[in-house]
Amino acid sequence: MDVYSKPVVFAVLSAIVILVGTVVTVFIPMLMPSTQPVSDYIKPYTAVELEGRDIYIRGGCNNCHTQTVRPLRTEVLRYGEYSKPEEFAYDRPFLWGSRRTGPDLNRVGGKYPDSWHYKHMADPQSVSGKSNMPPYAWMAQNRLDTRYSVRKTRILGYGYTEEEVVAQIADYRAKVTSPSYKSKRARNGVTPKELRDELTEMDAVIAYLQKLGRDVKKLEAGN
Amino acid sequence: MEGNGYDYQIVRGFTFSALFWLITGLVVGLWIALEMFNPALNLTPWLSFGRLRVVHTNGLGLGFGLAGIFAASYYMLQKLARTPLVFPGLAKVHLYLFNFIIALAALSLFAGMNTSKEYAELEWPLDIAVVIMWVIFAVNVFATLIRRQEKQMYVSLWYIIAMTVTIAVLYIVNNLEVPVNLFKSYPVYAGVNDANVQWWYGHNIVGFIFTVPILAMFYYFLPVSTGLPLFSHRLSIISFWSLIFAYLWTGAHHLMLTPLPEWIQTVGIAFSIFLIAPSWGSVVNGYYTLRGNWEQMRSNYLVKFFIVGITFYGLQTIQGPTQGLRTLTSFFHYTDWVIGHVHMGTMGWVTMTISAAFYYMIPKITGTGLYSIRLANVHFWLILVGQLIWTITMWVGGIQQGAMWKATDPDGSLTYNFLDSIASLYPYYKIRFAAGIVYFVGIILFAWNIFMTIRTSKNNP
Repeated sequence: MDVYSKPVVFAVLSAIVILVGTVVTVFIPMLMPSTQPVSDYIKPYTAVELEGRDIYIRGGCNNCHTQTVRPLRTEVLRYGEYSKPEEFAYDRPFLWGSRRTGPDLNRVGGKYPDSWHYKHMADPQSVSGKSNMPPYAWMAQNRLDTRYSVRKTRILGYGYTEEEVVAQIADYRAKVTSPSYKSKRARNGVTPKELRDELTEMDAVIAYLQKLGRDVKKLEAGN
Repeated sequence: MEGNGYDYQIVRGFTFSALFWLITGLVVGLWIALEMFNPALNLTPWLSFGRLRVVHTNGLGLGFGLAGIFAASYYMLQKLARTPLVFPGLAKVHLYLFNFIIALAALSLFAGMNTSKEYAELEWPLDIAVVIMWVIFAVNVFATLIRRQEKQMYVSLWYIIAMTVTIAVLYIVNNLEVPVNLFKSYPVYAGVNDANVQWWYGHNIVGFIFTVPILAMFYYFLPVSTGLPLFSHRLSIISFWSLIFAYLWTGAHHLMLTPLPEWIQTVGIAFSIFLIAPSWGSVVNGYYTLRGNWEQMRSNYLVKFFIVGITFYGLQTIQGPTQGLRTLTSFFHYTDWVIGHVHMGTMGWVTMTISAAFYYMIPKITGTGLYSIRLANVHFWLILVGQLIWTITMWVGGIQQGAMWKATDPDGSLTYNFLDSIASLYPYYKIRFAAGIVYFVGIILFAWNIFMTIRTSKNNP
């Protein structure tokens, strides 16, 4: 049969040809639970961490920061234990990135105190002189929008009730606005007065960053 | 005008659109190139690097690239089918819808509405608009092909069909998402699967936008502008089927040494290496088409665009699979090396081929000669030199950063902290910006030349 004179047949044939590799390397792995294993040690994001993650996406942070540590000696030395598939079970979308203009962040949780992040996010060069990271001071000037938090966690199947989501937000707000919050000074330094008793976008981003790579330590200890 | 009822308005419309988005995308590119060594330029959230980089890639890849492809496709389709477009009205809708989508895309990305998935950043309402636009294009492609007067479909048409089918599959599968509201959605895939789907898409959207339709142009415009028949029909058949078969297996070379299952990575490497063969099948076919007529490199200003362009394609398709090997990826990945790699393809191969296609088509449409061949030659040399300095600078910078990340002291500790590695790149970023200016001047001359050709033509309807 001369397919070169039959456009529709040609199109169907092309579709079949391109679908072979697609089915084998993409669709079949999707049906295998081992591609994206789930571990009890890895917990979903709280509503505040998830809002922080969405702000991270909105800022395009993934254009400069990766979130996957490779199993290479110098990489493990620099960032910590290499990334495991279980860690990403709740990541929709994944944020592994493709270019490190800034360092990898998959193990950044707990590496610095919140106060460091407040200062660094607002004015990166004040903390790391030679950095080319853009300043994100405006994130501390925006009240965190939690109108969709219940809906978001429901879509993602995190299994929280509406009350739990509300409680997560209230708890985190209580934490960062408490007089005994360890990073209070740094937070007040970047947060306008009228927002100091509220949650800001920067609070949420920092909550997200502090979550990264924390659960995996329990996973490794558990194994 | 040849007066055979062919719709050239649509070709012209997409040509202008391509030039507009090309210049816009390059201005954004120059701005982010400056931001890389001058972070104070991140003046507002809208102008911060993380958002602008996406405007740059989408503006050039989808704005310039696709518009150029649509312009050339509508032209080749009518010529090779020897029949006018079946639905010229629909094509007009396509043109307006396309520009509307790209404008909204730019605005929404500026505003931070993005899905984070590279080259699929547009949020769901725009995704739906893109699919509608693609169907409109496909209807014209297939209707015109079915009604064609020429029995055999020439190679270029195979590539256009493959693009039309594959982009649809890629775009729909990778953009399946659950809306939160009008401006926000989450993908249906999680973690490793999302990564796998994304880079299957990411690799192939580049393949089926920056390779397949550009090859369609190469296979058509090189013979018609030189008057030389294609060297080998058989080689083009083998190249075509093996290229489109192998391409879809290789996305995982973007995910080497990540938590993606190792077998998918290994399959990705194997097929990437295999891809050198069909890629070079087209390169060789192009070179041999000129056999015995290489003086045209000097006498025919268009030929050097095609031949240098396909040479960059050849280099690109060797560099790509090589840097995907595990040993090399562990050194080069996440550095500027990859940025250099991409830009050799886009600034070299893609832009040179589209430029030459426009230089060929526009005078044919207007029925006059090109406004200035001399200007076209200056354009060629500026974009060649600009691109070479640009990409070589990024390769050197990438090697340096890769080496600094891996350097250890005799006691086994890291020699450099991360900040040292990025700060050492600022001189390269300055050279890159300068090279970008050279390239940009070349593109301005290109746009001016096309604009003046249309303006000075008597047949301007």
